[in-house]
Amino acid sequence: MTRDEEPSVAPADDPRPTPAVDRRRFVEDALKACAAGCPLILAVMRLPAAAAQRPAGEAAYDPAEHLYGMGIDIQKCIGCGRCVAACKAENDVPLDGYHFNTWVERYVIDEDGDVTVDSPNGGFDGFPPPAAESEIRRTFFVPKLCNHCANPPCVQVCPVGATFSTPDGVVLVDEQYCIGCRYCIQACPYGARWFHPTKHVAAKCTLCYHRLVKGLVPACVEVCPTGARIFGEVEQRPTPLARFMRMNDVQVLKPHLNTRPKVYYANLDGEVR
Amino acid sequence: MQGYIYPNEFELQWSLLIVLYPYITGLVAGAFILASLERVFNVKEVQPTYRLALLTALAFLLVAPLPLQAHLGHPERSYEIFLTPNRKSAMAMFGFVYAWYLTVVLLLEIWFEYRKDMVLWAREAVGWRRWLYYGLTLGATDLSDPSLKFDDAAGRWITVIGIPSAFLLHGYVGFIFGSVKANPWWSSVLMPVVFLFSAIVSGIALVLILYVVISLFRSRPVDMRCLDKLASFLFYAMIVDVSLEMLDFVHRLYESEESIDILSQMIESRLFISLIVLQLVLGTLIPLGFLGVFSPALHRGLARGSDELRRLIYLMSAVLVEIGIFSIRWNVVIGGQLFSKSLRGLTVYKVELLGLEGLATTLVLLALPFVILWVLVKVLPPWEEPAGLRRLDGV
Repeated sequence: MTRDEEPSVAPADDPRPTPAVDRRRFVEDALKACAAGCPLILAVMRLPAAAAQRPAGEAAYDPAEHLYGMGIDIQKCIGCGRCVAACKAENDVPLDGYHFNTWVERYVIDEDGDVTVDSPNGGFDGFPPPAAESEIRRTFFVPKLCNHCANPPCVQVCPVGATFSTPDGVVLVDEQYCIGCRYCIQACPYGARWFHPTKHVAAKCTLCYHRLVKGLVPACVEVCPTGARIFGEVEQRPTPLARFMRMNDVQVLKPHLNTRPKVYYANLDGEVR
Repeated sequence: MQGYIYPNEFELQWSLLIVLYPYITGLVAGAFILASLERVFNVKEVQPTYRLALLTALAFLLVAPLPLQAHLGHPERSYEIFLTPNRKSAMAMFGFVYAWYLTVVLLLEIWFEYRKDMVLWAREAVGWRRWLYYGLTLGATDLSDPSLKFDDAAGRWITVIGIPSAFLLHGYVGFIFGSVKANPWWSSVLMPVVFLFSAIVSGIALVLILYVVISLFRSRPVDMRCLDKLASFLFYAMIVDVSLEMLDFVHRLYESEESIDILSQMIESRLFISLIVLQLVLGTLIPLGFLGVFSPALHRGLARGSDELRRLIYLMSAVLVEIGIFSIRWNVVIGGQLFSKSLRGLTVYKVELLGLEGLATTLVLLALPFVILWVLVKVLPPWEEPAGLRRLDGV
């Protein structure tokens, strides 16, 4: 039966259910089915993404099966500093203004092309309005963290091998082994390492390795309200990071130093160093 | 603070103690190179300072690892550098370069040089001194002609090995800085060479100062031929050193890489006193001028003052040179940390007075080699005077 053949009004004495009622029921049922089925469908659709964001459970975790990296979409970062706060809480980073695994920089470029960069308390408390003297041409936020370089100068210089690259591509420090010479801090071109004031060893972003092995994403990624940080596998195709890298022109910081970072920036401005 | 620096850059990581480390190893290498002048290159004029230079090198080498050790976050783990060195790390080689230089070069050379005297002293001395010297000979008491000839030949060969080793010791320290590609102030292939020549300069100046001052205290005449030669070599070494530094400077200016603006700002503000005033004017130009005029380096001296005047001028020039070389170390180590790797800002360094990495520790560590040298000179008098040897009175 086509829509044109349908009677516009059902006879009152007709015992059969009217087609209009049929349609209503059908629509209702369909909506119910949808309501019930949507989460399932969405879950199925998100399965590869979830698999990438959440590595297998702790017992089954095999670092050789992964190679992690992070994508950062500059246009999405609003400078709220939630990532900085989450990182400090998660990783027991001193709450002063001199020790950060991750921080957020604000770039303000005025009409004359002069660039002002600031990062008050690492962006922990967000940012006050910029005190620009002339008109602002552009402004943007840049989250920074350890780049977990594939060719890490910090690992190269460590005299005892206390800092190392894991098979899953994370640069870590063995704090039971570090002698505290701080050569690695000097060798990092990104200022990503710091010296722990009480443990007296080099410290840095671990990509929340303790979370990765439990199938969780890094704390900064977890709390980012705008999805400016994208975590995932660098080499496997069906992951958010791989998609991010396909869909954007990505760049790394200080590429001329050949450190081969695994933190990839989309919409990165040339002023960022 | 000025401009923008990464938040983790507020704290300077390498402090005054790390300034001291290349300064001290430089003195070691320089003193040894000076000693080798007599031994290998047959510059007989500097003979009076030969043994003194060796003992000076040893005294300073014994102290060289202390500032490093004191600076470590976990000094109790430092032995790991020997047990599990990371073969890709320049710093991991420190232990091996140091051990090689200390044992194979310095101790062996001093032993061969002093063996004959130690045997004689052991025979003449009484009581514990007798046993001390006998112990130091390691039981090799043969003073026959062939064995003395062997001592001499061995000493010569060790010096021949020692020269590249001294180059290695200090060139390697320069490499530790020069190989940090993250830091445009350090990253330079010239760094090891500049370190080496500034080391030679500082070593010659130190031995010159020690020779003059010790002679004064011992009321012995200073051998002016020796002093003139030392002053001439100091002048030549400084010319090479300054040329290399100028080459580095001009190269940086000419290449004008992205770091040039912030580095220029740093030199004009933070490093003005230590680089322009202390290193360049006081530590280089003034002593170069005085040495050029009064030492026989250039055409037997442009102006020939009295011995007294020349002694004074050499001594003053050598002291200025030491200040200048210390400033070089400061400008490298501290200067390399005063600008942000974002190349957008400068930070400051305030020396703490007390504390493990403070001024007090630095002064103690600087004084320590002189105490060790005093003991060494007492035990192994470097003076080749029959009377002095007989009386075993050292200084």
